[in-house]
Amino acid sequence: MGEKKILADNALNMNRRAFLGKSALGIGGAALGTLLGCNFYQKEGELLTKTDNPMGIKGILHSPHHAAKIKRVIYLFQSGGPSQFELFDYKPLLNQRRGEDLPESIRNGQRLTGMTSGQDSFPLVGSLYDFKQYGKNGTWISDLLPYTAKMADDICVINSMFTEAINHDPAVTFFQTGSQQPGRPSIGSWLSYGLGSENQNLPAFTVLLSRGSGRPNGQPLYTRLWGNGFLHSLHQGVQFRAAKDPVLYLNDPQGISKSTKRAILDNLAELNEKQYQEFGDEEIQSRIAQYEMAYRMQTSVPEVMNTEKEPDYIYKMYGADAKIPGTYAANCLLARRLAEQDVRFIQLYHMGWDQHANLPSAIEKQAKDVDQASAALVADLKQRGLLDDTLVIWGGEFGRTNYSQGILTDTNYGRDHHPRCFSMWLAGGGIKPGIVYGKTDDFGYNIVENPVHVHDFQATLLHLLGIDHERLTYKYQGRRFRLTDVEGHVVKDILA
Amino acid sequence: MVLQTKLNVLVRQFLIGSFSALILIGCGQKKGGYIAQDEGESVVAIPDSVDFSLHIKPILSDRCFACHGPDKNAIEGGLSLHKAEDAYAAIGENKDRYAIVPGDLNKSELVNRILSEDPNLVMPPLESNLTLSTSEKELLKKWIEQGAVYKKHWAFVPPESPSIPNIDNDSWSQNEIDKFVLQKLGDQGFTPSEQASKEQLIRRAFFSIVGLPPSAEQVTDFVNNTTPNAYEQVIDSLLGTSDYAEYMAADWMDVARYADTHGYQDDFERIMWPWRDWVIHAFNKNMPYDEFVTYQLAGDMLPNASKESILATGFNRNHKITAEGGVIPEEYRIEYVEDRTNTFGTAFLGLTLECSRCHDHKYDPVSQEEHFQLFSFFNNVDEDGLMANAQVIPKPYINISKEEANGVLDFVNMTNTTKDVKVMVMQDMSKPRDAFVLNRGAYDQLGDQVHADTPEAIMPFPEDLPKNRLGLAKWLFHDDNPLTARVSVNRIWQRMFGKGLVESSYDFGNQGALPSHPKLLDYLAIKYRTEGWDMKKMIKYMAMSATFQQSSAISDEMREKDPENTYLARATRLRLGAEMIRDQALKLSGLLNPEIGGPSVKPYQPDGIWEETTGGGGGSTARYIQSEGKDLYRKSLYTFWKRTVPPPSMMTFDAASRDLCTVKRQETNTPLQALVLLNDPQLIEAARAMASKALVEDSLQGQIGYIFQNATSRRPDTAEMDVLQKFYEDALAKIESGEIIPEEYLAIGEYEPEISVSQETLTALSLTAQTIFNLDETITRG
Repeated sequence: MGEKKILADNALNMNRRAFLGKSALGIGGAALGTLLGCNFYQKEGELLTKTDNPMGIKGILHSPHHAAKIKRVIYLFQSGGPSQFELFDYKPLLNQRRGEDLPESIRNGQRLTGMTSGQDSFPLVGSLYDFKQYGKNGTWISDLLPYTAKMADDICVINSMFTEAINHDPAVTFFQTGSQQPGRPSIGSWLSYGLGSENQNLPAFTVLLSRGSGRPNGQPLYTRLWGNGFLHSLHQGVQFRAAKDPVLYLNDPQGISKSTKRAILDNLAELNEKQYQEFGDEEIQSRIAQYEMAYRMQTSVPEVMNTEKEPDYIYKMYGADAKIPGTYAANCLLARRLAEQDVRFIQLYHMGWDQHANLPSAIEKQAKDVDQASAALVADLKQRGLLDDTLVIWGGEFGRTNYSQGILTDTNYGRDHHPRCFSMWLAGGGIKPGIVYGKTDDFGYNIVENPVHVHDFQATLLHLLGIDHERLTYKYQGRRFRLTDVEGHVVKDILA
Repeated sequence: MVLQTKLNVLVRQFLIGSFSALILIGCGQKKGGYIAQDEGESVVAIPDSVDFSLHIKPILSDRCFACHGPDKNAIEGGLSLHKAEDAYAAIGENKDRYAIVPGDLNKSELVNRILSEDPNLVMPPLESNLTLSTSEKELLKKWIEQGAVYKKHWAFVPPESPSIPNIDNDSWSQNEIDKFVLQKLGDQGFTPSEQASKEQLIRRAFFSIVGLPPSAEQVTDFVNNTTPNAYEQVIDSLLGTSDYAEYMAADWMDVARYADTHGYQDDFERIMWPWRDWVIHAFNKNMPYDEFVTYQLAGDMLPNASKESILATGFNRNHKITAEGGVIPEEYRIEYVEDRTNTFGTAFLGLTLECSRCHDHKYDPVSQEEHFQLFSFFNNVDEDGLMANAQVIPKPYINISKEEANGVLDFVNMTNTTKDVKVMVMQDMSKPRDAFVLNRGAYDQLGDQVHADTPEAIMPFPEDLPKNRLGLAKWLFHDDNPLTARVSVNRIWQRMFGKGLVESSYDFGNQGALPSHPKLLDYLAIKYRTEGWDMKKMIKYMAMSATFQQSSAISDEMREKDPENTYLARATRLRLGAEMIRDQALKLSGLLNPEIGGPSVKPYQPDGIWEETTGGGGGSTARYIQSEGKDLYRKSLYTFWKRTVPPPSMMTFDAASRDLCTVKRQETNTPLQALVLLNDPQLIEAARAMASKALVEDSLQGQIGYIFQNATSRRPDTAEMDVLQKFYEDALAKIESGEIIPEEYLAIGEYEPEISVSQETLTALSLTAQTIFNLDETITRG
């Protein structure tokens, strides 16, 4: 029950095919083609084969709701919930009052997870790592992030993010789809649906995974996080993997040459065309086109994944890991290459931030995984002039508690999940660089200034892309859904 | 510039969904009445007589009900438009104005507001991002002019036996279905298509009833069988197979959101396959639908409850269950009860009950209170919101021993199971849990207490029934229930014809599609119910109709006039479903392992996809350990379903994720599908096995013909044979030149056929088979 279906759910129960065509490809364009004249049905096949767009995705928005600041997004998702206290939200008070119990006046009945709700006490704990101020605005950044610190003037740090979910599965799902329970499309799918693909040979929404060294066995991921939900499956995120098959089923079977594959496709096309002549089903035409698209992906994907020709200075920027496929650094480099190819939404996931115990040692490793490469990505985009129309996002699904989970010692502690405040940063087109937005109290427990809800973040992201988050909707099961559900405000203060 | 503006307008209309009336009629369906010019290019016909259900309610529901509809807490300006008495009532501070005065446009404020150009007054308001097209405004005006007559929503009025259309010179109809269809076709000036070729017909019958292709012999036998009831014989024999039961079960897995894992976070394995085996068993013995559903809803409460009927209640435990450390158990327990409630709505009532969890339903007459009254039927299980130990099957469960699997539960396949298995089932606590309206749907925001009951507007709960799940099942199958029979027979129709008579088979409410053939739907619903909810009989009845047996060829004219095939002047060409695509390849190749039931298996899957997303937890689901030998070739119904990383090749072909109850799948056509068909080792291996089977034929033409006929159910014509023969010869040349390396290509997959020919020959023929497997026709029902 997809696009196809829903579009048929219209007032007069008229048939949808008259203006969309069964394949649901090139939907926006096709639909407009129809809107402008009645002869669309004949046009669809042409539309597919004549437009040179293998993924076949045209956005439903023919023109943006307002002028877009950016064309694409790279989302460096830090999965597990990075601790804001060791990275961006500097709270010397927690060091001064180390070991003291969290005052009830601060906690104020806030919900705890089942992990710490049984604890007798909630000993406050400050960062073991020092902070310094960087950049023109004196942004506080921890010693764990020396490379990020150096680009303080390029990024906008938000210390006042908050979410509604306190457990991983619902919290990650909430960030990626706007709903805690599974079933809705993810951000990238919404963008693919709304804006389509600008690339001729690659999917509009790509996904790259890496595993952190902070907690190698920690939070899992779920493929539904890059799922299309109720949108057409053309909008699903396509995982680019550091594996033999960079995209599932991409490689030809062993033992056959490219020319053999070509021969198979040519023969298929000829035989399928004959069927089309007999049965007149447009779906057959569309299938012929899809085989051609698949064929082109077989070239375009390996091309973009092959970083061998990157010069040494680039590898130096991203760090030694960049040469190891499947690492965060290698994925950052790939993200830049995908951005160069105008892939609309590039989603990275770096696992391992869920540091309930042994946080100091785990976060040191974890920060090392991401610091240099994240900064390199921003710098690399900048030097290519791509940062102007790309948004880079760095952040996780929630923050961590200001008190220790488990026993607090001189050198060790853990932190539980904390949804009420956490940090993330943004960089790129349309974002004010070099600022810190939002403020938490001295305990780092509650937000005291400029709270940013997950839906606000999502609304802002869409805004930068020229989309009014209240107007990018999809009717499913009788209701118009949006990424931001029924909430969300654009955070105008951080817009350039 | 003008064009640009027009585009913007059109884009906006496209977005907000008000485009429906706009274009469609403009494209060739001008009928009667006068013609209104819209903002766009399109010309819309306004009917002579405006019908509330057909023309008005869809507009009111979609554009007005959010603020003027059934949700009493969201009503703006004291006006609601979903009921006549409210819509006609006096409004405003002085109660001196009226939204609708039947027959009087001037006094009807609604008319002023929808036509207003004042941004502060116009309806729908600007901030709603909703608009009315000119034609919709015209329709509303004309409706008020004609008396603003309201009608109860069609789906909430119990079906009444329609009279069978009497059509002159009808030599086409085979049964009543056809008479209803023919009448509608006649109204449109359409005529039915000729009967499908016998090859196409038997292929369609096979895929529609057993989900597998006919063999070449079966096709030939049928083509040569000239007895008048040859087709009926085929239908009867198919309905008697266990393939039928398995195929029906595959459909039911989507409805029941069946999976082999718990579905959240680390996604641990669970054992629900004995329940799945029961489903197959029930279809096999043609259990009537009312009994089938009653077993699943309340098998534990039946007076003669048996181990079998209790096992059937596993249906309501198939939802996801969390083991994520730190969650609040009650929050998740509520989710499970919600899941059961919403599944009940989607699967049996065709209603979106989830929309009434946080507030009264915005479109349908289901209040939030009624939502939680239904909820309370499912709220009495002694279950844990959070699994204490993810490796232990959550309570309540039953234990199934090997003895039972050889006795009273002999349909449970425990051949490869050494220990007893535990399966989750429903069991109510002796005292029902108190249930409350949950404000905003949140687990800890208790509102008024509620007691088990059903929505008044659908059908009040009879006083003589117990207020428990058994009573609920009886309510569902009560003669006065307006929805159950329609919803279920519509899904059988969807399965046989590709889409339901109500296309939104998941939503029979105000926002759902209207039935394309309302009388036929009612006729079938009543027939189904009065003839004992006999599923096989209903499937046969549909299969025997002339409507089902039409050719699927589309003429240019009909493509223009009825591209969606709403009027059924032909059969719809349908792509095979995810399971069928793989199962067909296994069947054709002879690799298919016909074993029924038992623990799910793990066929070929790309390396590493479970491993790269796991956090190390999950126990048996952290790593994918591929099955061996015959288990690689079980039907796709038995493929292990890990909910957080479902089988990618099946997902690519639109399988449901099994997160939630699904009654209708997407039908898409994507480049990733091409990649699976071309490169999935399962299919390449099957092509090789197919090729080695084809060697029973001596000549190359014989071999290619054999493969082609088995795959498409017809012989290739000369032109096709030429193409494929050239391809074969070209492949041989490429082997010669080293572009194809037989040892490598033939090594894909575990299956090692005994080869009586050279590797070169087998490779060339396998590639030919692979090409045939990729034909659009091969993955199409016909």
